[in-house]
Amino acid sequence: MIIRFDKLGVVIAAIVAYAALAAPFATFRANRIVPGQARPILEALPPTLGILLLAIVIAAAIVALLRTPLILRLAASVAALIALAVLIGVAGGFLTPAGNTFARVAPASGFWLLIFAFTLLLADVLTRLNLSPWARVGVLVLATLAIAVLLVSGSWDSLSILKEYASRADSFWAEASKHVTLALGSLAGAVIVGIPLGVLCHRVEKLRAGVLNVLNIIQTIPSIALFGLLIAPLGWVAVHVPGAAAVGIRGIGTAPAFVALFLYSLLPVVANTVVGLAGVPRAANDAARGMGMTDRQRLLDVEFPLAFPVILTGIRIVLVQNIGLATIAALIGGGGFGVFVFQGVGQTAMDLVLLGALPTVALAFAAAIILDAVIEMTATKRRVVETA
Amino acid sequence: MKAWLPALLRLAVLLLLVVFITSPSWFEPLLKPLTENGAPAIYNQGSLLTLTLQHLRTVLVATVAATIVAVALAILVTRPAGVEFLPLSRSLVNIGQTFPPVAVLALAVPAVGFGEKPTLIALFLYGLLPIFENALTALTTLPGNVMEAARGAGMTGWQRLMKVELPLSAPVILGGIRLSVVISLATATIGSTVAAKTLGEVIIAGLISNNPAFVLQGGLIVAALAVLIYDGLSAIERFAARRMGQGAE
Repeated sequence: MIIRFDKLGVVIAAIVAYAALAAPFATFRANRIVPGQARPILEALPPTLGILLLAIVIAAAIVALLRTPLILRLAASVAALIALAVLIGVAGGFLTPAGNTFARVAPASGFWLLIFAFTLLLADVLTRLNLSPWARVGVLVLATLAIAVLLVSGSWDSLSILKEYASRADSFWAEASKHVTLALGSLAGAVIVGIPLGVLCHRVEKLRAGVLNVLNIIQTIPSIALFGLLIAPLGWVAVHVPGAAAVGIRGIGTAPAFVALFLYSLLPVVANTVVGLAGVPRAANDAARGMGMTDRQRLLDVEFPLAFPVILTGIRIVLVQNIGLATIAALIGGGGFGVFVFQGVGQTAMDLVLLGALPTVALAFAAAIILDAVIEMTATKRRVVETA
Repeated sequence: MKAWLPALLRLAVLLLLVVFITSPSWFEPLLKPLTENGAPAIYNQGSLLTLTLQHLRTVLVATVAATIVAVALAILVTRPAGVEFLPLSRSLVNIGQTFPPVAVLALAVPAVGFGEKPTLIALFLYGLLPIFENALTALTTLPGNVMEAARGAGMTGWQRLMKVELPLSAPVILGGIRLSVVISLATATIGSTVAAKTLGEVIIAGLISNNPAFVLQGGLIVAALAVLIYDGLSAIERFAARRMGQGAE
């Protein structure tokens, strides 16, 4: 029998071999800002569990290396990821001396590389399975539930990032809700203003180039500058417009961040509305006119439904971009997860950076998966209608 | 009239930009009204010219590295030997785009320290995506009859790549590079939150000392650079497309 290797498997096995055998699994630090000491798998875990983890990881790497059925590769990647997720928590408890509240245990490069390698394997399997949109959302829900179970059960409580969380749990949720409000609120504003503006640009050709050029130029202004530039005008509005201060408009804080995100969001929404409407087949419009539809009926019943997937693509771009950009709001006192990122950078406390960065990445990632699924669903529905 | 107006406008922006970064003090009266309590109107903790050049150098280094890696990867996954990686590389590019730049920047700090390096890493990763996507689109949508003719003429795989595929893809790949440069120019300013020497320093100094004049000059220089470079690269792109006989349509 000839043994056949999987090309991606060779890459994965190489990463796993390096990460499991040569790189540190966890870092131990006497307190939160001193440099840490690296611990490999066998020193970071009780002996039996260390050997067990090595065995699981190596077995999964062999499954990846050889040409194996997809279902086996799926099982191997999921088993390895679960083992890693559970055992890094065990390592936290094992390495922390009893009763010591200053010591910090954090996942080290070996752990992150192993997670990366097996996520790569999982991503490859999921791509090859060619899942339906609903199934992809289902996988996302399962993954979220698994992480939630690990968080609630307290098995990660001994890790440094959760120690940072424990000491600022209240502000974490306050910043989280500010972050989501900023990202979603500015998106809602951009949709309310951007879609009618896009329709107007589609109907009135003279406006189109001008509006799109202005929106393009706004995109070139660096985010931190745009956030900063809005401080002065909004401060002026707060002082001089009656009632403005009462609804929360202030020079610094959430208001300039909101306006900046709104301005950045306009271009993708307006541009995609214009492109989507321009792509509506002439025959559909002619038929609608022939049936005696008014302009308004034509817009709502024919053009919008046909342009919807393209407009949604614009909304997806905006949402993912806003979730990332909202981190910068922290620089001007606008709150959000960026508060932890910049505090962490300032104190060189990387666990604090992670406390801000990981939820941001997770949110952006989840938003992308969900909206991609919705876009695919609306696009398929449209195709079904067309062929019917 | 329409034909020369945009060119003239760009020339004016370029001139204004050059004059501003070489002798910013001439513009002091314009920016003075934005400051309070006699704060300086022109950035005084370093030369704007040096910062602009450092900003451009950071973007250039990151873009060149990203172009080499992205085009090489796109070539790899479109050859018969690498075709297995094509679907995965597409999903990875999609996943990569969801990582916020600030997160990449902050997470790179523990690995490489403060300064220019984390910025280069973030810009490199961000630059990869548009270039890879465009290169992939270009290489997978080449006209079939041209490829067949090249094969029929007895060209080897290497000759086809160098003499047919890459030249035909050049305009679309250049479009990806243009997008990536414009994103990088703006993103590089965030690098100054981890002590990279870029124009972000001017903006952050303005935010910290509550001086809108600094924020405005930093932001405007970056925006002007982005608009001019975008236009310059668009012109090169049109030139490349015309040479490939695609501009006539």
